[in-house]
Amino acid sequence: MTALQVIFLATAAMILFSAWMVVTRRNLVHAALYLVLTLFGVAVLFVLLEATFLAVVQVLIYIGAIAILMIFAIMLTRRVASDDTVVANHNAGWAAMLAVLVFSSLVIIMGAWSQFTTFASPLTRPGVPSNELGQEIVAELGQSLVDPDAYVIPFEVASVLLLAALIGAIVVAWQKDK
Amino acid sequence: MLINYWPIAILIAVSTFLAVAVVVFGHLIGPRRPSERKAAPYESGMEPIGPGTRRMPVRFYLVAVLFILFDIEVIFLFPWAVNFRNLGVFGLIEMFVFIVILLVGYVYAWKKGALEWE
Amino acid sequence: MDENIALIIEWVLKAVILAFGLITGFAYTTYYERKLLARIQIRIGPNRAGPFGLLQPAADGIKLFFKEELIPAQAYKFIFVIAPILTMVPALVILAVIPWGESFELFGRQIALSMADINVGVLYILSVASISVYGIVLAGWSSNNKYAMMGGLRSTAQMISYELALGLSFVGPLMLAGSMSMLDIVRAQQETAWYIFYQPLGALIFYIAMLAEVNRAPFDMPEAEQELAAGFHTEYSGMKFALFTMGEYVKMIAVSVIFSTLFLGGFDGPAIDRFVLLGPLYLVLKVAACLFVMIWVRATLPRLRYDRLMAFGWKLLLPAALFNIFITAVLILLFDLG
Repeated sequence: MTALQVIFLATAAMILFSAWMVVTRRNLVHAALYLVLTLFGVAVLFVLLEATFLAVVQVLIYIGAIAILMIFAIMLTRRVASDDTVVANHNAGWAAMLAVLVFSSLVIIMGAWSQFTTFASPLTRPGVPSNELGQEIVAELGQSLVDPDAYVIPFEVASVLLLAALIGAIVVAWQKDK
Repeated sequence: MLINYWPIAILIAVSTFLAVAVVVFGHLIGPRRPSERKAAPYESGMEPIGPGTRRMPVRFYLVAVLFILFDIEVIFLFPWAVNFRNLGVFGLIEMFVFIVILLVGYVYAWKKGALEWE
Repeated sequence: MDENIALIIEWVLKAVILAFGLITGFAYTTYYERKLLARIQIRIGPNRAGPFGLLQPAADGIKLFFKEELIPAQAYKFIFVIAPILTMVPALVILAVIPWGESFELFGRQIALSMADINVGVLYILSVASISVYGIVLAGWSSNNKYAMMGGLRSTAQMISYELALGLSFVGPLMLAGSMSMLDIVRAQQETAWYIFYQPLGALIFYIAMLAEVNRAPFDMPEAEQELAAGFHTEYSGMKFALFTMGEYVKMIAVSVIFSTLFLGGFDGPAIDRFVLLGPLYLVLKVAACLFVMIWVRATLPRLRYDRLMAFGWKLLLPAALFNIFITAVLILLFDLG
């Protein structure tokens, strides 16, 4: 095994372990912290795939913003660390079946894909030195966000989605005392 | 590209080791004479009243939601800014539209008083 | 294989030098601050321990080592212990992407004067900065104390609010330099001019936002004794308290380094192309100037009330940062700046 594979396996094991802890901890703050660990593991996987932009965005948005929001939401509740918190309800069996189904179909689809490899080969592009490739990829991402032939419509629609979330949050969470 | 991330991993390891070492040293060297008074929560010398953690105001939650939405906007701005010179006027207009749509929500939050603390 | 081992040794040495450099920097920033504050208030400041009081930081450190550590009975112990570690680590790690100079040759090897020059350096800084709120929110929560909880929440809300303005004021230099690598940004400034001249408003917004980000005056909520006791670190003592202070000062140094790199030309200075090793010296001088202004601000301005602080961040700084991006974009298009 190469060093990269060892790191991948260790990271994957950490992700699975902490994901399991997220759904089984009774203390909600502990569960949130395990979620942070899971998200960090995913960021490491992105680095291993040389998707560095996604890796830092994963940390910035998921760990730095969304997990903070969850911790705030947990602190809104009355009893954070009580031992009588219910961690599973009667839908747990269905959820487990669904999870197995999704996982096995992913395995089947990935296995049938002709480009599937167990090695992440280093990113290269003919004519571009490897130390400039990273810059070029980021610049291309910026290009494709505003390119009419690429993602300009999803990009603008995303801002409408963010707007809807913003207004929704204010309507739900914010009532001025009269 | 990947090789540039090894030093970061090493730096994380070194600094975690240092921080843990400081805590452990403080734990080993410092004296330990616990008493009930010392273990009580600090409340300016008064007997503590009520529980230590209370439900926090919903306002903080709202700040976190607003933060996420604008944080995503910031992320979109970065790759755009890097390639701005090539994108030119057209790129500026499209980013302008994107931000103006979000600013509608910002003005709404302002008008609703979600940005006020009293 | 030899090449790999040499590389690993180089990385570990750099990591150790950077970490210990920052910790020494922390010690002497406290000294610098106390001396400077004293001078501004027409006092003398620490002058007993060693010549000119230079051993004062060491004396403080040794004292803290021998202090009893209290853990409140009702605290959530594990998180209470790891919170100061979680504050310290991001503060040390954030500077990994800062260039201290171009590379030079030593023992026949090219040694780059930076830990890692990555293609998303600016975003790396922002994402590590966003992790650093965890130590604070967890310290506040795990203490199980009213003051700590409220102080932790307030500091967290403050930090995430000003993080937006901070992120937006990164965009100006990015547009001018056309790269997210910190080394490219410094090189672009060497070719044109320091970005503080192209981005005066952006630099001002960045400086204000970074004061709030590191909880410095006039945004130092943990120091608001009248309302919050000591904020999120009310219940901490001994070396764990020292770690919070250390984290705060290392963060002060870190944001000053980032400010210097983005707006003051980083390691750029006279004769830098002939003597590469002058780079770290120039950067340290610029950081000292940034810290001087920070301490000066602390000695001059009163603390903001919390509602005004949040209103300032959301209603003034955020729109101003967006306006700055727009103006920068228009000017680049009109005059082909930079």
